[in-house]
Amino acid sequence: MSLYDAEDVLGPLLMRGSLDHCVKCTICETYCPVAAVTPLFPGPKYAGPQAERFRSADEPSPDDSLDYCSGCGICTQVCPQGVHIAEINTQARARLKERTGVSLRDRVLARPALAGRLATPVAPVANALLANRPLRLGIEKVAGVHRDAALPRFAGETFRRWARTHHSPPAARRVAYFHGCGANYFEPELARMAVAVLEHNGVQVDVPKQGCCGLPLQSNGLLDDARTSVRRLAKRLAPFAREGIDIVGTSTSCTLMLKREALEILELHDDKDLRIVSERTYDICEYLLGLHERGELDTEFAPVGEQVIYHAPCQQQGHGIGKPALALLALIPGVEVDESVAACCGAAGTYGLKREKYAIAMDVGAPLFDQITAHGSTASICDSETCRWHIQKATRVESLHPIELLHRGYGLADDQPPPRRTHAR
Amino acid sequence: MSHHDVIVIGVGLAGLVAAVRLAEAGARVLVVAKGIGATHLSPCTIDVLGYAPERVDHPLERLPSFLQERPGHPYGAVGAEGIVDAVDWLKAHAPGYSGSLERNFLLPTALGVPRPTAVVPATMAHGDLRAADAVAVVGFSALKDFHPALLADGLRRLTPAVEARPIELDLVPAGRADVSSLGYARAFDDPDFRARVVTHLGLRLRARERVAFPAVLGVTAADAVWTELEGRLGHAVFEIPTLPPSVPGIRLHRVLSDALRRAGGTVRLNVVATGAEHAGSRVTALRVRSGLRVQRHGADWIVVASGGFASGGLELRPDGSARETALGLPVTGVPSHGAPRFAPEYFARHPVDQAGVAVDGGLRPLDGAGGRVYENVLVAGATLAGCEPWREKSGDGISLATGYAAAGEVLGR
Repeated sequence: MSLYDAEDVLGPLLMRGSLDHCVKCTICETYCPVAAVTPLFPGPKYAGPQAERFRSADEPSPDDSLDYCSGCGICTQVCPQGVHIAEINTQARARLKERTGVSLRDRVLARPALAGRLATPVAPVANALLANRPLRLGIEKVAGVHRDAALPRFAGETFRRWARTHHSPPAARRVAYFHGCGANYFEPELARMAVAVLEHNGVQVDVPKQGCCGLPLQSNGLLDDARTSVRRLAKRLAPFAREGIDIVGTSTSCTLMLKREALEILELHDDKDLRIVSERTYDICEYLLGLHERGELDTEFAPVGEQVIYHAPCQQQGHGIGKPALALLALIPGVEVDESVAACCGAAGTYGLKREKYAIAMDVGAPLFDQITAHGSTASICDSETCRWHIQKATRVESLHPIELLHRGYGLADDQPPPRRTHAR
Repeated sequence: MSHHDVIVIGVGLAGLVAAVRLAEAGARVLVVAKGIGATHLSPCTIDVLGYAPERVDHPLERLPSFLQERPGHPYGAVGAEGIVDAVDWLKAHAPGYSGSLERNFLLPTALGVPRPTAVVPATMAHGDLRAADAVAVVGFSALKDFHPALLADGLRRLTPAVEARPIELDLVPAGRADVSSLGYARAFDDPDFRARVVTHLGLRLRARERVAFPAVLGVTAADAVWTELEGRLGHAVFEIPTLPPSVPGIRLHRVLSDALRRAGGTVRLNVVATGAEHAGSRVTALRVRSGLRVQRHGADWIVVASGGFASGGLELRPDGSARETALGLPVTGVPSHGAPRFAPEYFARHPVDQAGVAVDGGLRPLDGAGGRVYENVLVAGATLAGCEPWREKSGDGISLATGYAAAGEVLGR
């Protein structure tokens, strides 16, 4: 059986076996954003299909350079031979961590929901502490989180708290909204806008009980914990999928985790809950563009005066859906959009927060940052929260989810200009 | 189900050319591809016809008899005029490309072998070995797979009229050890690195020598880098293509991708086309798989430009049969079961060499009996049967001309 006959989601044997399809063409190397700016990572081909031949499943990986892979996944996206480079490398990185151990910092960064639960009741205090320069210096020294890295602000009131009292008008078309940790603890206003935009288009929105998808755990080498997280989430979402209700998310990396990454990287390709959830999961822009293609999206937008750079994050590109946000933004009069010249902004989830990787993350994103500031943009647009925080911090220009412009264009902002978010610190 | 005027499968030279021409003409174009195509592996000179089997110096003159000798060659579907039009189109889109079908350049390869090619980037044109000026071959000790001494030796032996000597520079991009051509090209984007090159090289050049560099003279603004080097060195400068990654290919890919984006075309990478739905002889929708989901995309036209065996557009199976992987189009030219597919010598003609999808004069796929399979499916590039690009030196020419012509079929031109 060839990879062309196989399902696109590969089990462990075929996935590792995909390295035999590598013809050393170097295309992945030319697209790797990390190898382009630092010699610390030798590139996806070298660290991936080549080095993998020297790794044994029973032994920890000996190659420390793998730790500098940001896990952006671009190598897999561009590989013409179907080699699952990023997936192989993420697994190998986890085996490397078995030898070196996962630091306390990485264990904390990998659990945004835990941080959210602990800090939400004391949000003003937590925010003030994390904005405190001397304290951040201390945190960098002791814990290894870079002093200048963009950390989000705790919102204080979670999205779920709002959702408990919100009643979505009944409609024939229903979706289950997967908000993820970011929207729940840090950007509840974005989640409310997503609900409003969906409801405005005649979609009834359920907010099922959910939790972390496990992506940050996976990225930090904690595969067992990631499995526990994503299985629990899939179990909660699966009843909706089985009823034929689509699952729509605003965090594009977390929806990719459900669609694809957990099935392969965590070897959950035969988890029945996850499979049905995967088939039914949509990035919100993908979902809305689907409505538009069927002539079911309200295209009556009021003019929104914004000159923006749209950056499609790596994880969004992993969906294989093109750039639906561009098509949606083009429907709003007055929005002038230029596309990002960069393949990656550098943040890559928790990668850009780490002391030893922050400079790399800034170098990776530099062409995008320059583009945003040089064009006098009023905002940058990006589908991923950690990317938005990183881009906003680096450029001092507001970074928005595409939904926020749709929300404004629909006039759903209660006749008030939306609160301009303060810069990430 | 979404609907597009045209779906192009593949994002190599043929697919990009078809997509750009269509999108610029106002068509709603979706490009789907498993990954990046062969642009990044090819020197991206436009080799139209280099051997037939003797070396061809004047492709336009040789083409009529060549096509008579090879019925079923993809060039037969587009004709010499079609190739000329496509080349003109490329030159309008990729500034700096020069040359024509009137006369081939003879450019050195990384082994110093003279290679006939018709249309080349400005940065390579001064390498023409029909001119007798001596060549100083510059290499970098940390650059993989490019050895100036080997190259100069090949030049001297194969083109005795051209004097050649190697110069190896010990300039390494900061912090790097084992550097690819792209690593050097990124360094050449930096004016400080270029200044160091000029300083190291200036005094070692002799009067009237041409200076050959590996094709690494910048990623983003090669023409400007090349012009600057010629000015500062006071010598003619040219690039010689390297082993992959091919920087000139990356440049051409960028130029065409940017044009596609500006024209409103959409690209979906990391997806697999898994077949079509049809009503009679018309394809109505393409099935595209991404993760566990298979989506249908409606289209008036499908352009198959997914490459040959090397790219996975064609697949040879253990039972000896072959298939076109996206739509399951019939593949012709595969030796019957049990008959030899390969000759013992690597560089010999292999029985399986000309396998591919056969098309009629309108690039529609044909079945074994010569009947059209679909009315609204067009095939372009390395998927096509009836040619041996590596022997003929015709690969990029076929991709460019058939990609351009496929768009023309859709546009009714």
